[in-house]
Amino acid sequence: MKRLVLISFLCLSLASAQDLRIDVPYTQFTLPNGLNVILHVDRTTPRVTVNTWFLVGSGNEKPGRTGFAHLFEHLMFMGSKNVPTGKFDEWLEAAGADNNGSTTPDRTNYFEDLPSNAMELALFLDSDRMGYLADAMSPKAVDAQRDVVKNERRQSYENRPYGMASLVIDENLYPPAHPYHWPTIGSMADLSAASFEDVVQFFRTYYAPNNASLSIAGDIDAEKTKALIEKWFAEVPRGKPVPLIDAPPAYLTEEKRLAFEDRVQLPRLYMAWLSPALFKPGDAELDILSNILTSGKNSRLYKRLVYEMQIAQDVSAFQESQKQVSSFQITATARAGHTLSEIEKVIQEEIDKLKKEIPTKREVQRAVNQYEASFINRLERIGSFGGKADQLNSYYAATGNPDYFNEDLARYRNIDPGDVTAFVRTYLRDDGRVVLSIVPNGKKELAAPGTFISVEGK
Amino acid sequence: MKTNLRNLHRVGIFVTALMLLALPLTQAQQVDRSKPPQLGTPPSLTLPQIQKSTLSNGIRVVIMEKHGVPVVQMNLLIRAGAALEPQDKIGLASLTAAMLKEGAGDKSSLELADAIDYLGASIGTSADNQSTWTFLHTPLSKFDQAFSLFADIVLKPTFPADELERLRKERLTSLVQRYDQPTMVAAVAASQFVFGEKHPYGRGAMGTEKTIRGLTIEDLKGFYNQYYHAGNAVFIVIGDVRSADVVVKLEKTFGTWRKGEPAILKILAADQVRGRTVYLIDKPNAPQSVIRISRVGVDRLTKDYFPLTVMNTILGGSFSSRLNNNLREQHGYTYGAGSSFDMRLAPGSFTASSSVQTAVTDKAMTEFFNELNRISEKVSDQELTRAKNYLALGYPGDFETVSQIAGQLGEILYYGLPDDYFNNYIGKVLAVTKEDVQRVAKKYIDPENIAVVVVGDQKSVQKGLEGLKLGKLKTMKIEDVLGKMPVL
Repeated sequence: MKRLVLISFLCLSLASAQDLRIDVPYTQFTLPNGLNVILHVDRTTPRVTVNTWFLVGSGNEKPGRTGFAHLFEHLMFMGSKNVPTGKFDEWLEAAGADNNGSTTPDRTNYFEDLPSNAMELALFLDSDRMGYLADAMSPKAVDAQRDVVKNERRQSYENRPYGMASLVIDENLYPPAHPYHWPTIGSMADLSAASFEDVVQFFRTYYAPNNASLSIAGDIDAEKTKALIEKWFAEVPRGKPVPLIDAPPAYLTEEKRLAFEDRVQLPRLYMAWLSPALFKPGDAELDILSNILTSGKNSRLYKRLVYEMQIAQDVSAFQESQKQVSSFQITATARAGHTLSEIEKVIQEEIDKLKKEIPTKREVQRAVNQYEASFINRLERIGSFGGKADQLNSYYAATGNPDYFNEDLARYRNIDPGDVTAFVRTYLRDDGRVVLSIVPNGKKELAAPGTFISVEGK
Repeated sequence: MKTNLRNLHRVGIFVTALMLLALPLTQAQQVDRSKPPQLGTPPSLTLPQIQKSTLSNGIRVVIMEKHGVPVVQMNLLIRAGAALEPQDKIGLASLTAAMLKEGAGDKSSLELADAIDYLGASIGTSADNQSTWTFLHTPLSKFDQAFSLFADIVLKPTFPADELERLRKERLTSLVQRYDQPTMVAAVAASQFVFGEKHPYGRGAMGTEKTIRGLTIEDLKGFYNQYYHAGNAVFIVIGDVRSADVVVKLEKTFGTWRKGEPAILKILAADQVRGRTVYLIDKPNAPQSVIRISRVGVDRLTKDYFPLTVMNTILGGSFSSRLNNNLREQHGYTYGAGSSFDMRLAPGSFTASSSVQTAVTDKAMTEFFNELNRISEKVSDQELTRAKNYLALGYPGDFETVSQIAGQLGEILYYGLPDDYFNNYIGKVLAVTKEDVQRVAKKYIDPENIAVVVVGDQKSVQKGLEGLKLGKLKTMKIEDVLGKMPVL
């Protein structure tokens, strides 16, 4: 397989003499307290983004305290020693800035997008909460955000059609002690149990400069920015080394077939497998696989289920790339009058086919071309989630190299159609997966075979 | 406010100078955190020049060369939309737009999709009440090939009958799926109660089971032939291109497009909501209630645009706005609350909305009305300054990507806003006074004449809502809003 990869790489290189190179020049340094800093100058718009990653997520939680990393993310906006409650947002808005944060199992990130004159405000605010959040934290603030987060959970999971699917899939895909077993949003019971003491402890353990990376992109002067970063962040004390996650291996030795009823009109089928971790061999191939299966009218599952047979309203597939282990998932919604067994049969046929015959050159190239275009499109924004500063931090967290754009892109360009088949055979096993049916209340007969469970109180 | 910040800048230099005298330079620990750092002068936004041309058949073309990232965005705006549909053909404009990609030139639906996807380009077609948009976003290296596909889709759609049947099924199924979505139900309900089911803004652009079933290929071709022509078209092109090249390319392909009479797109202003009715739509056992409080607002060309935008930012248009601060940060009733003016050709809606925990539905409603009343009473200097700065200083952030810029230019062209609109935006925001804000709040936010929609668990929330004595309470089922569910 390696040889095939090499050949396809040569072909591509010959085919396009002026291959696209992604050029995101940056400078990088580390403060004595361990804070990693990445700077990227882009003067297209007079804006700056200040993006911070903390290498802590729901994967660092303990059972019984799920949802804590995300609750903590909310508390990061509630003020710190020198920033009274409410002022974080008020001061930023008064400077013309937007801000937000997000939590995954692997990390927590924050950004402020500002006019370039206001960068120092973000440095002040971010250094203050990195250094002195605990000084200002109160049980009252924790209670306030606890209620907000419970409502986030109601809005995004419980009151959303099919909203409980991911919770059921994850707890069946990963073993109970695995950091991806529980949902990042947490359980209602655990959110209720989170205490003020937990907050202080979590802050001291994980929110240290040596566990963070600061990426600033936009209309900046690199030297002056460096001096300002030193001014605000140098005094933040280094923390103890962060405890590593001791994740038990995740593997499935059986097919788990489950179902539940929901307040929905149409049944939906989910199939999920464990798959290679981010940037591990197979990760990019399964991205390409997801494209071959469900991106565009000519993709295999869309074409059969939605376009030709017209028994499904939608079908999607994705490789959820994560640090420890990933998951590959396929989701399809059946049209009225059709069962999930009918849908599953077609999906199974297409997977079996891909295990036997390698995909065509054109469909792989079509997928690669779309990935290549997405790499270009991703260069348009400096800020927010997924802008250049966030990408630099993302690559740094995963590989230690902020400028991993071209290496990442090369993974896709170098894929040979045969690689896709090889990884489908290895990972999309029939005897190691979760198959979940969600059906309208009272219509159990629409489910694919599986045991009905209750999602009350999850 | 710009002036204010310049003042702050001067103060900043002064303070720093004092610090230099007083403190040893190397003591990083002694950085002054007692107040936020003083900020320099906000940068001004210099956009690349807007270049205007006209094709030989009169199509206006607006181009902005934006170099750096090798991408191109091309938007074709057609001034026609769902408001032009007869009452028995709702859905015609959007379905016509959707069918453009289902066969064009010598290519079938699948062949077109394959060709576009292979280039890594994307082409979109859609229609709302007042306009039809087709757009192309492509890597620069694929621009020629992608443009050729785009041109076929716009100029030579074939409207295959079997593809219409496919889209019809898809859309009818989408209608069914709306019954699942409480936020969708609340939005449809609010539009109906505020504008009436006959008004274009009340009936929507998607269509009903009956109209969708009734639409024919002839209807679609008719709509296409009547409105898709040079007389209704404007091009907006942004990206890593040379303006002259783009004009040549467009002239060659679109310069001979038939020029018909421009569509007369007139949408009457809806009557204002009179009195206050609470519409409680039952979603049994829902853990949250979706609240939408709505009335007729303003059109896009209102002379109160800037005062209203500032006022709404204070009320519910930013994170630290009153509604979000009250319902989320102070009370924890919700994950978020806000308000907005949907400004269109005719007055669209003003809406305040949130999803709140079921048990606090009545309390949350009380806070909504507290804020809707309070906004006309008093606005602090601090709030006013913050809102104006948020809008004015944040404005350059709306011009980062080619698609954002195309959207901004599209708005200017659609409404005929002046050429110097972007340049004057910041000044006009900063000129808004407290008196302006209170005047427009009084004029447009009338909490006595407003529709209140709640989609939630009736048995849990009805009593509490009745206790508020907001007005007549009507209980309804989701079917009363969306109609009988289509049987497919």
